[in-house]
Amino acid sequence: METKNNWKAWLYLAPMLLLMSVFTFYPLFNAFIISFYKGYRPLNGTIEGYTLLENYLVILNRPQFWVAMKNTFVITFVSVPISIIVSLLIAVALKSIPKFSKIFQTIFFLPYVTNSIAVGMTFAVIFSRDYGFVNVVLGWFGIDAIDWIGGTSNWWSQMAALLVFVIWESLAFKILVFTSGMQNIDKQYYDAAKIDSASKWTVFRRITVPLLSPIILYISITSMIGALKSYNSVIGLFGAKMGSPADSMMTVVAFVYRYREKFASKGYYSYAAAAAIILFLITLVFSLIQSAVSKKRIHY
Amino acid sequence: MSDTFNTDTKAYRAKKIIRSVLTYAFLFLIAVIVLIPFYWMILTSLKSQTLIEEIPPLLFIKPSQWDIGNYRSLFALVESGMREGEPLFPFFTYLRNTVVVSIITTIGTTITTILAAFAFSRLNFKGRDLVFAILLSTMMIPGEIFILTNFLTIVKLNLYSENQTYVQVLTALTVPFMTSVFYTFYLRQAFKQIPNELYYAAKVDGTTDFGYLLRVMIPVASPTIFTIIILNSMGAWSAYVWPEMVTMQDSFRLVSNGLRGAFTDTTGRTDFGQQMAATTLVTLPLLILFFTFRKQIMRGVSRSGIKG
Repeated sequence: METKNNWKAWLYLAPMLLLMSVFTFYPLFNAFIISFYKGYRPLNGTIEGYTLLENYLVILNRPQFWVAMKNTFVITFVSVPISIIVSLLIAVALKSIPKFSKIFQTIFFLPYVTNSIAVGMTFAVIFSRDYGFVNVVLGWFGIDAIDWIGGTSNWWSQMAALLVFVIWESLAFKILVFTSGMQNIDKQYYDAAKIDSASKWTVFRRITVPLLSPIILYISITSMIGALKSYNSVIGLFGAKMGSPADSMMTVVAFVYRYREKFASKGYYSYAAAAAIILFLITLVFSLIQSAVSKKRIHY
Repeated sequence: MSDTFNTDTKAYRAKKIIRSVLTYAFLFLIAVIVLIPFYWMILTSLKSQTLIEEIPPLLFIKPSQWDIGNYRSLFALVESGMREGEPLFPFFTYLRNTVVVSIITTIGTTITTILAAFAFSRLNFKGRDLVFAILLSTMMIPGEIFILTNFLTIVKLNLYSENQTYVQVLTALTVPFMTSVFYTFYLRQAFKQIPNELYYAAKVDGTTDFGYLLRVMIPVASPTIFTIIILNSMGAWSAYVWPEMVTMQDSFRLVSNGLRGAFTDTTGRTDFGQQMAATTLVTLPLLILFFTFRKQIMRGVSRSGIKG
């Protein structure tokens, strides 16, 4: 009875598959093609030939690309581990309190329902030298005002401000996922630990983390992939200038968009495509690690 | 014997109290850190020009000192330059655009997602698992890679030009996003919970597949569909990159782009009071939506972290 549905099933899938063919599969394929074009003018659709690596070599030789790579990797490898550890601690703390945990959970979730641009602009005020909250707090400890993101700031202070903002933004989702993950852990493990009078730290290390590890792994990888694509937070905090001096806080995605904007100039679209594909390959490595590790876990 | 036992419990109790005080203190500190940006945003937006210029900045202002001048000036008409005759920050125009885009995208996404999830969960066809696996794998691909070609597609479809119309903008802003693999996956799980017996009973009664989807599956899975609708409609609020690329005129902008644009286009000094008034206006509707549908939103988002 059900096998007769064959062609009808495709009819139900048609709207989705049609949209995805045009806006997902074809663009993925086409991005590779564009990156092999020579002298491409996207608006006329004209090219002057093909090349395998030239566009890639052009961007790999731009110092700007390496600035973008450095910023992207610093954001990824600093913000993700910190936010995972902090949100795990918060989730454990939330689990151990008898009262108010719903209120705390709601407050902690608020950053998720904001808009990166709006909050980024707010953080720019918070980190401003004269009018910001951060320097007020530092003042309480007798530390002189720092120009975090203004005209006289350096790379370190700008990156510090960006990381604080990115971590602030990313905690919400992780806390929620970890707390709901912990709710799924069988209570009898904790009861057994109680009978053995295991310390809280032992319980955390021997029960919570191992049983939560598939979720921790999944969230780590997806957060790193997300962080590799950082862009909105940079625009929110620094504006279109992206740092001081201009572009010093640029990310790889920002690099792609910068070159895309110059679509009127010959060849730039191919540079943008090449940079996007490099980013794609990096994220692919992360996804492969994730699927390899999670497969291993199912086996034992 | 009983004495030692007593002191033991006392020490244990004291330890327990200290631990719970420390835990609450830690959570309270984090809560303060989370709330500070919201507080600073609203505080700054309510400061008058003279209060803003105080160094160090005031941490509290009395209700009698609250000044809505910043909000008023957002709607004052610009006297010269590119935006002459328009409000400094045409919030309601941006709000309308965002709501319209959000509604259209959500209707489209909900329809395509329901149909696809139905096929994947209820119907049998050759290659079903393969197609599903391919769709799932696209979730890991950074969207940036699609944007290059999608922009050209929009240009080719004549949706982006000097004299772009509102309908053209709306088409460009919504159609590419009228589907979602994640929501399909999410809804498929909900559909799979519905017992097969219902389907066969409906078949015996002569109900068609589509009738069964409409009259049984959608109502049963309506909490999940509702969550999808809410989460999806929040998407338009944070959209920035794509709208920035495909909108030509300022009056077609969405809130994020309008917000960033309004305070980057104007050269000269940054007016923190006005900026924060604008960010407060942009943040508020999202917060209202969140507090109205807190449960559904949090349930839906937590599901996206624990796949399967």
